[in-house]
Amino acid sequence: MLGKTAGGLFWMFRYLERSENTARLIEAGQRIALTRSNSADDEWASVLQSAGAYGGFVDIHGTEISRDGAIDWMLRDPDNPSSVLNMAEAARNNGKTVRTALTREVWESINENWMTLRDALARKVPERDLPDVLALIRQRSAFVRGAMHGTMLRNDIYDFARIGTFMERADNTARILDVKYYVLLPSVVAVGTSIDNVQWQTILRSVSAEGGFHMTFGQDARPREIAQFLMLDKRMPRSLAFCVGKIRDNLGYLADDYGARLSCHDLCDQLAEHTMSHTIDEIIEMGLHEFISDFLKSLASLGSQIETDYRFYN
Amino acid sequence: MNRGDAFGNAIVFRFGWHKLTLMKQGQLFDEMWGQDGALREAYSDFNTWFAGQEPSRLRKKQAEAERLFRLTGITFNVYGRAEATERLIPFDIIPRIISGREWSRLCRGIEQRVRAINAFLHDIYHRQEIIRAGRLPVEMIAKNAAFLPQMIGVSPPGGVYTHIVGIDLVRTGPDEFFVLEDNARTPSGVSYMLENRETMLHMFPELFSQNRVQSVQNYPRQLRRSLAACAPAMSGDRPTVAVLTPGIYNSAYYEHSFLADKMGVELVEGHDLRVVDGRVAMRTTRGYQPIDVLYRRVDDDFLDPLNFRPDSALGVPGILDVYRSGGITIANAPGTGIADDKAIYSYMPEIVEFYTGEKALLKNVPTWRCNDPESLAYVLDNLAELVVKEVHGSGGYGMLIGPTSSKRELEEFRRKLKAKPSNYIAQPTLSLSTVPIFTKAGLAPRHVDLRPFVLVSPQGVDITPGGLTRVALKKGSLVVNSSQGGGTKDTWVLED
Repeated sequence: MLGKTAGGLFWMFRYLERSENTARLIEAGQRIALTRSNSADDEWASVLQSAGAYGGFVDIHGTEISRDGAIDWMLRDPDNPSSVLNMAEAARNNGKTVRTALTREVWESINENWMTLRDALARKVPERDLPDVLALIRQRSAFVRGAMHGTMLRNDIYDFARIGTFMERADNTARILDVKYYVLLPSVVAVGTSIDNVQWQTILRSVSAEGGFHMTFGQDARPREIAQFLMLDKRMPRSLAFCVGKIRDNLGYLADDYGARLSCHDLCDQLAEHTMSHTIDEIIEMGLHEFISDFLKSLASLGSQIETDYRFYN
Repeated sequence: MNRGDAFGNAIVFRFGWHKLTLMKQGQLFDEMWGQDGALREAYSDFNTWFAGQEPSRLRKKQAEAERLFRLTGITFNVYGRAEATERLIPFDIIPRIISGREWSRLCRGIEQRVRAINAFLHDIYHRQEIIRAGRLPVEMIAKNAAFLPQMIGVSPPGGVYTHIVGIDLVRTGPDEFFVLEDNARTPSGVSYMLENRETMLHMFPELFSQNRVQSVQNYPRQLRRSLAACAPAMSGDRPTVAVLTPGIYNSAYYEHSFLADKMGVELVEGHDLRVVDGRVAMRTTRGYQPIDVLYRRVDDDFLDPLNFRPDSALGVPGILDVYRSGGITIANAPGTGIADDKAIYSYMPEIVEFYTGEKALLKNVPTWRCNDPESLAYVLDNLAELVVKEVHGSGGYGMLIGPTSSKRELEEFRRKLKAKPSNYIAQPTLSLSTVPIFTKAGLAPRHVDLRPFVLVSPQGVDITPGGLTRVALKKGSLVVNSSQGGGTKDTWVLED
């Protein structure tokens, strides 16, 4: 496979995952805005931070953050490289570049994803249409994923697509935790107050994990358990442990397939070990914030090592 | 069908709800209705089917075709427009039908012409016998930018220069075909031939059980086989083939990725390639891997910044040196443009005769070369009846169609011709054949051309039964180019 193709697949699936995650974050933000009247705009600042879109927003629009402004920035602003619309177009352009590596079904679903979102996001989305548009974004990503699972060979093409997906997802979950970690710290939590309940629910909702959490831990949401669920639970498909495990699996298939272990494999093992070898209490003891910052840094270096080892660019 | 009443300068035919209006314009030939409105045999089964169709269903199918094309992404970019976004080439659902007998006759002419083109290219880059024999003036080569001095003395593997050729044909009567243009560089459009057929099969499966239409779907397999057969001697049993594209913003990118995909080979860009140990190699996830045959869809000028345009980022520095030392096959070979240049075109009858020893089976359109003072004088006197083309132009740009041009346009061209006569050739306007298209009001005749696709390898010449039919969708228009409002049709060759 061409190095460029590996890179194209990796980023195509990162973009797709990112636009889906952004939709989910907006959904959670909208929910909190509807259920709490005061400090709702602060919430949009933290949604922008979780989406990694805060800096760019402030550079152009200043620190005055409104609901409409934040949503429009994340969904469709051409100046925001990570807006859902830009991501859909970038994913499709990557799809074009790697067209020969995709099945017709996968290509058509990624093309249709762009055509549909381009129409749905052609104008500012009015509040009454927001739920439908967000549902559409998630549904279209699901189509691409479904076409991929159903039609693609399980070879290196598939591996690079999966690695991209889980790199982005791990990054996303870690960023949500990074922005909201203070809510999860036992020292500052006034357990049982309604405000914090809403905050926790938002965290779970932004990773589509409310149901799974309640099934696992019952209705009594405690911050410690939420942190454990999102970081260490291997059944939870958006937890750090799960994502890192998948990245390690897919890198492992590549190593077997190519008959070569490279530097990225060692880096990934280190990251997996670091993520999975502590209990949640140990992590809180060590410092939740520091742990997550370290995780994000290691994840980024793993990404660039994969890029080098598999010759994405040169 | 009832023979309609003639009124004014048009004849109107009606049958059922279908209405066909034929412009009475000299000896106009419609491929479905002939010259006199009698249904031609190749169309008889189709016509029976068509007469039984509900117009609303067909309209729905026409819209469905467009949706299918958008989904597959068969789009092209129009150059020179600010809003250069992706556009679809309009597709018309009425097939263009050619009988088996007509086709085999055409094939003989095409094969003869393609063999002559290859022999001509070999000669022109070696001993130049044709010039020594006085059959082609030396200045046609010496002053021609399409002639590549870097190719002098180079013999490509298998002796093949033009692995892929598109011959543009027009028709003026039941047995009258003319070659309008040879495409010996990087002819495009074959993906439309294949996708148009896919779309028709998807939408009207019943049509294909009623008509015995020769299949086109083997083209990608034949292409790969014929490219592999021209691999350099040093390559192994399974030569590595790749398609070189300028990238996703090129107007024909869809076709490049389509062909690579169907052949099961890599689609590479210049930045994926470099010269490693005397071979051209592509950067893969496992390191650099040598390529044996490169089907390039990048023009000569951009192929090698060390040997041609130094500012090109689309090519591979040093690829021409590897080529000359026999380390890679480039398809088509660099320098083939000298064979399809519009000035050389006018010598094609001589060229065919010189290399094959036979009269050319396919006719050329009579051509006046404006660098000749007598021809120029004739062209200037008869401008309103002629088509004038730039020698090096393509895509229907920069041409004059005398009969449909205003006085001002004629005057403007007169000035251009006088200023730089060698830049132009002129041809009579032919009464091009028409084929019906599907419109809101029923069937309507429109002018068409045909580009069959020809593969050349040491094993022989392979012509896919069919080709790309381009149709001028505007009433009366003779310009079929997609950049100028042309569309395409599925082209059927029936089994005998």
